[in-house]
Amino acid sequence: MIDWLLQPLAYEFMRNALMAGVIIGILCPVVGTYLVVQRMALLGDVIAHAVLPGLAIANFLGIEMLIGAFLFGMLSTFVIAWIRAQSRVKIDAAMALTFASFFALGITLLTLLDSRLDLEELLFGDILSVAVGDVWRAAGVTVLALGLIKLFYKELLFYTFDRTGAEAVGLPADWLNLGLMAGITLTLIVGMKIVGVILVVSLMVGPAITAYLLVQELHQMMIVGAAVGVTASIVGMYLSYYLDLPSGPAIALTVFSLFFLALLFSPTQGILTQAWSRRLAKRSIPRRGQ
Amino acid sequence: MLEVDQLSVDYRGISALDNVSFTVAPGELVGLIGPNGAGKSTLIKALLGLLPMHGQVALYGMPVRRQRHRIAYVPQRSQIDWDYPITAWNVVMMAQTARIGWFRRPDRQANRYVEEALQRVDLLDLRRRQIGQLSGGQQQRVFLARALAQQADLFLFDEPFTGIDKKTEAIMLGVFAELRAAGKTLLICSHEWGEALDRYDRLLLLNRTLLANDTPKAVMTLDNIQRAYGENLQLSNGHLETLFFC
Repeated sequence: MIDWLLQPLAYEFMRNALMAGVIIGILCPVVGTYLVVQRMALLGDVIAHAVLPGLAIANFLGIEMLIGAFLFGMLSTFVIAWIRAQSRVKIDAAMALTFASFFALGITLLTLLDSRLDLEELLFGDILSVAVGDVWRAAGVTVLALGLIKLFYKELLFYTFDRTGAEAVGLPADWLNLGLMAGITLTLIVGMKIVGVILVVSLMVGPAITAYLLVQELHQMMIVGAAVGVTASIVGMYLSYYLDLPSGPAIALTVFSLFFLALLFSPTQGILTQAWSRRLAKRSIPRRGQ
Repeated sequence: MLEVDQLSVDYRGISALDNVSFTVAPGELVGLIGPNGAGKSTLIKALLGLLPMHGQVALYGMPVRRQRHRIAYVPQRSQIDWDYPITAWNVVMMAQTARIGWFRRPDRQANRYVEEALQRVDLLDLRRRQIGQLSGGQQQRVFLARALAQQADLFLFDEPFTGIDKKTEAIMLGVFAELRAAGKTLLICSHEWGEALDRYDRLLLLNRTLLANDTPKAVMTLDNIQRAYGENLQLSNGHLETLFFC
């Protein structure tokens, strides 16, 4: 058993991959918690796709990819907010259009600028080829994000729970929102490197909603979410190593499996636990009658 | 003392409030009534300084924007996500967010205010419950406690009596009476009719403009009601009785 666990660690690429998996397994669920409680889970998908033009341009100009991706990710959130504020178009429609359009622009730019970016790797990620630099960058973003969330926790809690109330006592709602969007965008970019554009949302949303079924408070949702995220990353990596599965999808499917277990067995909200307690209640009725 | 002078609010080119002026004195309990879409919630948001507006809103002689911490606001039930992972205690603690300040954790005083407020609305035992696991009346009391814990001078309630039980209503009226006796200023946006309106010192009848501002008896005349709710309002005898019971 121990051999089975240690054997993959003999390879440097596996050590890097596991380290990266653990880091984003913590970062994505913690930040993703804010997406879930604001009912904005799909925004993660939008931003993840909307960074593509930024990647294409950054690649063409030879500047840091993170900067280009970040600018376009943020731009997409502004475009959505702007469409929503200026018209009666609802947010889901604004998100759907923005998502597709930014992605289209990205693919167009990749072709026009004759980029050598590997689109397949971007879409599906490749944790096995993750460089030490990427791991350090992910660690940096994680430390930064966790630190800022700790510092602004009570203000963010108020803002995401009751925006009008938070504004009413004078909290700077627009700045808090901007900070959240920036954090979400950075997290997505870091996570994309590991599991790819399409699957990063599973790490942002899946562990957070798994925890949502199990706990009572926002900070607990972050802690349990991070535990689920780390577990999913590690289990996914080993599955990928031993069963020769693509790593990103292995992680994403593990996330779903853990969510499904919580859905069935959550002490308060589980489908099976509830059915079981109903059955116990039914049985106890005739006994009471005796 | 709340002074509102010639307040107007436009929303996407449509006038939502037009030239509304009134004052509410300390120790006064004032009801804000009017048909759906009359601009009641808009008025409350404007008083909180959350909407672009024309005119002046002053609290104790100074613009509202600089003293928001002195205003406690209780939103409509429908504005809250009751599945949000938060306990009753932490909702009430939000009242202290502004006073505690950035980067700090709740101090002893904050804990005391929150405990007292929960005690007053009889929810201290349920403080660790997630808010979705409370009854409608208990949920409304959590927000009442949040308003109390803010130690504010002006209280704005948006439809606090919607969907509550007798116990909650009694606690709420008791709290209103205490705040009034303590010289606080209370403005309550309300959906009720009939004798319930008698509990207010004064009523503001709103439909885009302020149609009446007087004692409940003086405001609830057929003429005023028709002006607010439309000429075509058909009133059965029973209805009329309820309307004029006050």
